[in-house]
Amino acid sequence: MITYLEAIRLAQQKALATDPRVFLYGQDIGSFGGAFKATKNLSAEFPGRVLDAPLSEDAIVGMAIGAAIEGARPIVEMQFADFSTCGLNQIVNHAATLFYRTSVPCPIVVRLPSGGTSGGGPFHSQSLEAIYAHWPGLVVVTPATVEDAYTMLLEAVNIDDPVIFCEHKFLYYHLKADTLPEAALPIGKARIARAGRDATIVTHGAMLHESLAAAQELVEDGYEIEVVDLRSVKPLDTDTILASVARTGRLLCVSEEWPWGGVTAEVLARVATEGFGLLDAAPMRVNAKDTPVPYHPDLWAAHRPTASTIAAAARRLLQL
Amino acid sequence: MSKKIAPVTQSDFIKAYRVMLTSRVLEEKLAGLYRAGMIKGGVFLGRGQEALSVSVGIQLRRGDIFAPLIRDQGGRLAFGDSILDTLRTYLGSQLGSMRGRDGNIHRGRPRDGYYAMISHLGAMIPSVAGALLARRLKGEQGAVGATCIGDGGTSTGAFHEGLNAAAVDKLPLIVVVANNQYAYSTPNTRQYACADLLDKAAGYGVGAHKADGTRLMDCLQTLRNAIHAAREGGGPQLVVADLLRLVGHGEHDDFAYLDPKLKKSAVGSDCLLLAEKHIIEQGWHTADEVAAWRRETEDEVNATADRVRREPLPDPSEDDWAALSRPEYREQYAAS
Ligand SMILES: Cc1ncc(C[n+]2csc(CCOP(=O)(O)OP(=O)(O)O)c2C)c(N)n1
Ligand SMILES: [Mg+2]
Repeated sequence: MITYLEAIRLAQQKALATDPRVFLYGQDIGSFGGAFKATKNLSAEFPGRVLDAPLSEDAIVGMAIGAAIEGARPIVEMQFADFSTCGLNQIVNHAATLFYRTSVPCPIVVRLPSGGTSGGGPFHSQSLEAIYAHWPGLVVVTPATVEDAYTMLLEAVNIDDPVIFCEHKFLYYHLKADTLPEAALPIGKARIARAGRDATIVTHGAMLHESLAAAQELVEDGYEIEVVDLRSVKPLDTDTILASVARTGRLLCVSEEWPWGGVTAEVLARVATEGFGLLDAAPMRVNAKDTPVPYHPDLWAAHRPTASTIAAAARRLLQL
Repeated sequence: MSKKIAPVTQSDFIKAYRVMLTSRVLEEKLAGLYRAGMIKGGVFLGRGQEALSVSVGIQLRRGDIFAPLIRDQGGRLAFGDSILDTLRTYLGSQLGSMRGRDGNIHRGRPRDGYYAMISHLGAMIPSVAGALLARRLKGEQGAVGATCIGDGGTSTGAFHEGLNAAAVDKLPLIVVVANNQYAYSTPNTRQYACADLLDKAAGYGVGAHKADGTRLMDCLQTLRNAIHAAREGGGPQLVVADLLRLVGHGEHDDFAYLDPKLKKSAVGSDCLLLAEKHIIEQGWHTADEVAAWRRETEDEVNATADRVRREPLPDPSEDDWAALSRPEYREQYAAS
């Protein structure tokens, strides 16, 4: 069985094996194999192309940009998404502006081990897709399955634009697949993860699995919930969202991010402005609470959306 | 170090002087255009820093990388930028290398190794380092990369992280600090507490070179040494040149905070006048010949400005407004 984490490792292995322009750069990713072992054995297999970086997120991204200008395809590992804020300047002001300013694209992939896990606490749990999506010039993806982790990372390496690859740590070990696909939906296309008729849940990342569990719970109440996995939050597949809402008339957006200005806010804004007439009820959303991510597992479990809080929200939506 | 470093010759000096002169004349034109309200955006000049800047750009080779900063008009011209493209960006011509999307000191042609700085000071240091790393991974040898920064920029995290990371990988990077005594209005006493900015080199484990930024000969020789050391595998080289910004931070700034003692001190000399004096005193050229060079340059700059003023401006209805290279990723639901 291949885990989500192993899929990420295998995608990097394949990228290194098939494209001489690819190299990996990040803290502890060399012979140690990375904090999560996403690069295990790769430095031995590809000598000189899996490089340990000093503890310098700003320089790591800055160097990747220069390398990309020279034709390389760097994949950068942030040890945790949370630390990418120390490299924010290079990502949003340099990588994201380069093509617009100079017509020279910036093909870097920045891997962000994202999202909450039990005991992670305020600085090892953040979901930052919305802030990166805010800046023009970046592609931001949030694979929620083993298959997507693999194919989207390989696709990300081939994209000429900078890609922020938000891989979810909660999914690293327990999501498993038998085989890895060769072909997949392209980045920019959402997927109907579960078909339904009574309401649409739009979600991404680890929340896909909580949402699917919630949808299963609502089957007992006689409801068929459609679940849309965004896969990439920028570009955002608004057409697929609107088509689903056209079928169900009801919308619930679910995200592990904080509520202010995030992906749920963007999806709601688009449906309200582009598809108001499709709605039979006011749309709703469920986000993490608006506090730092708590450390204690009991607090954390109540901080993030879960199948039961999502199911409760969906029941309210269905009664509107 | 294997090969011997050639001494700077009369012809090197004169060639560099001519670029300094072009830079000075061009910047005087820019200042005039700014006062006439014809410039799009700000004007930040390198007056007093031409000797240093030209010494960097002119001694790099084809295939090297140069990431100039705010006050590097001289180095830009020396590295291959033109009067024409300079004026195009400042005057907002659509034909400029940045097509109106960015301008002035942010211009560049990354494909030619001429990087386009972002405003955020220090950011170009790791990027040039990364470019050199990529060259190494491709198996290319012999190229170096140079980037410039001010005294203020040495206080950024990017300077620290970039120079350190370059040193760890022993990359052929030259970081040139124009210690012009001010960062906007902030004097060096509020910028750093080490005795000399060059002291930082030891901390990073990189080569250290000091230049008198007012003396072209010294700048040329020092940069030649630093570039040579980097090219020969000596790892990053830090060059610190002391000089004085002879103008305000930008043309909007009256420089009222300038300490008059600095102006009268050694750093306050004008490198262009000193270089000119050297040429005449050495008997290489007469004062009349030097004056004729200036008139020639002025004519070229004026004619180019007249031409550029007739060029088309960027047209918002023609711009594709694309921040991503892939058309299918562009926002189709942008609120407008
Ligand atoms: C990170 C960052 N902070 C602030 C600024 C605004 N700024 C532009 S130039 C400047 C002063 C720079 O001083 P110095 O590095 O000494 O260069 P100089 O202008 O003297 O050539 C400042 C503060 C900036 N561009 N980047
Ligand atoms: Mg300064």
